[in-house]
Amino acid sequence: MSKIVQRPKLKWSERLYLPAIFGGMKVTLRHFFAILTRKKKVTMQYPEEKWDAHLPNHYRGAPTLVMDEHGRERCVACQLCEFICPPRAITIHPEEIASDEKWAKVEKRPKTFEIDMARCIYCGLCQEVCPEQAIFLRKDYVVVGHSREEMVHDKKRLYELGQTMDGLVHKWNELK
Amino acid sequence: MDWHLLIAAGVKIVVFVFLLTLPLVAMAVWAERRVSAAIQDRVGPNRVGPMGLLQPVADGIKFLLKEDFTPAHVRKTFFWLAPTLVMVPALLTSAVLPFGTKLFGEPMVIADLDVGPLFIFAVASLTVYGIVLAGWSSNSKYPFLGGVRSSSQMISYEISLGLSVVPLIMLYGDLNLGHIVREQAHNGWTLLPLWGEGLSVRGLILAIPMFISFVVFTTAMFAETNRLPFDLPECETELVAGYHTEYSSMKFALFFLGEYAAMIVGSGLCVTLFLGGWSLPFGWLTPADTAVDVPFWQGLIHIGVFFAKVIAFILFFIVIRWTLPRFRYDQLMKLGWIYFFEIAVLNIILTAVLMWLLAPGSAA
Repeated sequence: MSKIVQRPKLKWSERLYLPAIFGGMKVTLRHFFAILTRKKKVTMQYPEEKWDAHLPNHYRGAPTLVMDEHGRERCVACQLCEFICPPRAITIHPEEIASDEKWAKVEKRPKTFEIDMARCIYCGLCQEVCPEQAIFLRKDYVVVGHSREEMVHDKKRLYELGQTMDGLVHKWNELK
Repeated sequence: MDWHLLIAAGVKIVVFVFLLTLPLVAMAVWAERRVSAAIQDRVGPNRVGPMGLLQPVADGIKFLLKEDFTPAHVRKTFFWLAPTLVMVPALLTSAVLPFGTKLFGEPMVIADLDVGPLFIFAVASLTVYGIVLAGWSSNSKYPFLGGVRSSSQMISYEISLGLSVVPLIMLYGDLNLGHIVREQAHNGWTLLPLWGEGLSVRGLILAIPMFISFVVFTTAMFAETNRLPFDLPECETELVAGYHTEYSSMKFALFFLGEYAAMIVGSGLCVTLFLGGWSLPFGWLTPADTAVDVPFWQGLIHIGVFFAKVIAFILFFIVIRWTLPRFRYDQLMKLGWIYFFEIAVLNIILTAVLMWLLAPGSAA
């Protein structure tokens, strides 16, 4: 069933259209002068002002490798992160730890560890899956480069970004 | 041959058109973006140079460096001709605008024509060819529709534009823009007759038809320059970009700049006709006669006053653009033909009757 909507009958002052123009200009000019006199804060001027100090601890920035408090490598090259990574951004080449070394029981360590930041989607699954708490998404969000090669973070770069982190690591437990 | 006249004209052309108007065009683009941003609670371009003032330069460089792509399906000759036909008339019309009194003994107008407004209407109406040619030669549907709309819109509003100036010309009895401004400087601006001979019953009553003229003229000018709320030839929501859809690089920029140049010259004309051109209110610093030489600093002040008024008018243009929604096409035509045309004609009659009743010689 159709319903006929009656158009409102306009007064002659409304039909003149000029008062409406001035009414509209009042609104736009109010906004204009509010910005001009800095009564209204607009937005953060990004490269000069940053919000970094307010980033929460669970912020998911670039994935990084972390060392333990003694500066030792936590990663055991189990490759779980490589398997779970949805965009397949992580490439690990493990190497064997020789049997005469102290921590021979760990068996593996990463020879190379690369994260292709052009592929990474910052999902955080690598951090979640890591049994040794070796990989963490830190607060770096400015990941740029001039070429695809530059966008691949190698092990050195990952440790630079990750630094050290305290916490329980099974790797250094003699009994496990 | 009077070489010094030629050289003076050349210098005036270079200074007024290339050193004052074109930078003003660039600044108008910048102002448009900053003001629109402020109105919409944003910041706008503020990176390039202080307060983003060099943004137009960056834009210009970008336009020059972009690929100038000519689609295979266009009519090449007219496609290349169209942008210049938009830009050139817009700048040509600035020739008759008196933008100051005198500097170094030279009158500050490029061509002191005795048919100023007629020249402006004649040349400015050529702009429509640029837009129509652009729309047609692009050989593509949206530009075509934009061109068709533009031609009908500009032709419709040109009538009320021309008719709205008639009462003013009747009042001053002169078609020389320089004389009109001088008259206003001595006897009150057309819209503000508050000093000299203007401050009389006759002057104040005649300001009423002048105000009607001003409203019609300004609105028609919005339509002529294809500015919102009358930007139907290029309305983004319906026609992609209207007549310049197929254009790129500097050819597109010429359309863009032509629009702003037309806006500036239109503002200049409106300021000259209705708001006293270069003159300060209440006859301050007004030279008594054309023959009188003005001091250098006064000449500069007059030029400054003219441009201050033009800039204020451009800001008005910009605020209107970000205030009013676009007209529907039939509303636009109705407004042009049913209201403004009639109002302009009736206004001429009203002015004539008032001038007859209030003639200085009559008893009233």
